[in-house]
Amino acid sequence: MYKGIAASSGVAIGRAHIIKKEIEVKKYKVENAKEEIDRLDRAISITKDEIEKIKDASVNTIGEKIAKVFEAHLMILEDVEFINSIKNRIYDDKINAEYAVKLVSHEYAQIFLNMENEYFKERASDIKDVGNRIINILSGSNNNSIANIPEKCIIVADDITPSETAQMNKELVLGVATNLGGKTSHAAIIARTLEIPAVLGLGNITDVVKEGDILILDGDEGIIVVNPDDETVKRYKEKQQKINDEKSELLKYKNIIVNKNGRLIEIAANIGRKEEVDLAIKYGADGIGLFRTEFLYMDKETLPTEDEQFEAYKYVLEKMDGKPVIIRTLDIGGDKHLPYLNLEKEQNPFLGLRAIRLCLNRIDLFKTQLRAILRASVYGNLKIMFPMISGLEELRKAKGILKEAEEELSFQDIKYSKDYKLGIMIEVPSAAIISDILAKEVDFFSIGTNDLIQYTLAVDRMNQNVSYLYEPSHPSILRLIKIVIDNAHREGIWVGMCGEMASDLSMTETLFEMGLDEFSVSPPMILNLKKKLGGTYEGN
Amino acid sequence: MKEILVKINNPTGLHARPASILVKEAMKFKSNIYLIKNNKEYNAKSIMNVMAMGAAMGDEIRIKAEGEDEKEAINSLQKLLEDLKD
Repeated sequence: MYKGIAASSGVAIGRAHIIKKEIEVKKYKVENAKEEIDRLDRAISITKDEIEKIKDASVNTIGEKIAKVFEAHLMILEDVEFINSIKNRIYDDKINAEYAVKLVSHEYAQIFLNMENEYFKERASDIKDVGNRIINILSGSNNNSIANIPEKCIIVADDITPSETAQMNKELVLGVATNLGGKTSHAAIIARTLEIPAVLGLGNITDVVKEGDILILDGDEGIIVVNPDDETVKRYKEKQQKINDEKSELLKYKNIIVNKNGRLIEIAANIGRKEEVDLAIKYGADGIGLFRTEFLYMDKETLPTEDEQFEAYKYVLEKMDGKPVIIRTLDIGGDKHLPYLNLEKEQNPFLGLRAIRLCLNRIDLFKTQLRAILRASVYGNLKIMFPMISGLEELRKAKGILKEAEEELSFQDIKYSKDYKLGIMIEVPSAAIISDILAKEVDFFSIGTNDLIQYTLAVDRMNQNVSYLYEPSHPSILRLIKIVIDNAHREGIWVGMCGEMASDLSMTETLFEMGLDEFSVSPPMILNLKKKLGGTYEGN
Repeated sequence: MKEILVKINNPTGLHARPASILVKEAMKFKSNIYLIKNNKEYNAKSIMNVMAMGAAMGDEIRIKAEGEDEKEAINSLQKLLEDLKD
């Protein structure tokens, strides 16, 4: 049994199909270098066509962002230095085109791998991806690619590249197991979006598994079992059946509106990337309760522009079609870094310059985001939320900058809607304690339990020596939540919860009784909550 | 042949986006254009060359152009590099 990172939920049982990254390329001498170079040129032109096709197809299946990766691939294929290096190799060393492509793409990949910047490091895999593609076409063998798997199987690979995921046939790929990658890696996100069980970061799974081995892949536990005995297969088949039954059972709740004891409760989705809005819709989210904007910043090597952000916000607002979308302004710092901001290293990052504090320190960056959000406001039902507010002064300052952003847009004659709502996260104990005062300033609260718990109990739950003290149902936490809800209702505003506690089904009843108005959870959890809260009425 | 010295002023240097803008601009000219850093030459029309150069803030880079439109090429690339913001 091998343990990796549980990246996409579900159980898969099937034969292993190993995708080898390093294609074996034979080296041989060629008599006529000119002919070999012509052969290379033809292969490059076929490769271009192929990438163009995948690019067009992927815009529809997995989103524009990934389609952008293929634009980068095309640029590599058109790179004069890259192509000329290959041709020179063929000419000088009289070697076959396949081998020359392999040598040169590895050389370039190595240059990028040696760079400090994470973004550049990742470009190395793009170069190898393009190189392998040309080699496959040159050698006429395309057998070892994800696009051509013969039958239903579990893919075992070093890593899954964007171009491979774009060609993955969902019907045939039962599961994905890789050596590299983590919960937020590209492969993980695609697997979750396509709902293919995945275990990543296994280290050397491609070495220990042989082609055709029977595998059990448990995407919830992060486990791979190789050639299991009948007993184990039976056990996992039952688990698989159970999961499927539960899934189809839960889907019945999709179109239900929770209306319990005369109270309408909103069950919304937390999303981190714009593409995830599809999952939210699929599971019947009543809205987006938390759109984390960090990934817009973290996926890149530099700050996202106003237009880039605007497009992402607009995309989600339009897709939600009038249902509320809460966009949380940048929550960076703590354990989330942006190398390109060159921030000082802090002794206590969780108590340092993070989230709204960072935004108030870097007003340029904050205002760019606010302008982008405001511009998107005309495309749906927008709510803006500030994270980590700890006091009144801070909130007013943030509101002041929001006002400035509005005035700028009005002055420039750029349209935005004034109908948006403004809220704050309650995740610092001080904010919970003065929530009566803060409630007069905003339209809603959303309780972020993860931080509220760690700050209230003074516990770092990643620290194994003290994590036993991390107790979400500690009376102090429940009291704070109750205070926040009561204070909010007294001022006539609503309260949601977007922290992990919202998806803890053992807490659902308590939170409902306390008066919570909205639960925001990861998309698949929506159905569990709708079912749990029950007392429901079928909507449209 | 024309040559000029420019200093990279934007905080993140010649990363992917500015690099691709620069390459696209360089392609508009017929001249051969090179960027020179630490005595090494990089083809300004190659995205991989420009990125591999790894130019960071404060680096001084020479632009060298050779060809019929070398003057325009130098002027345009100089302006582009000096105007980089993020």
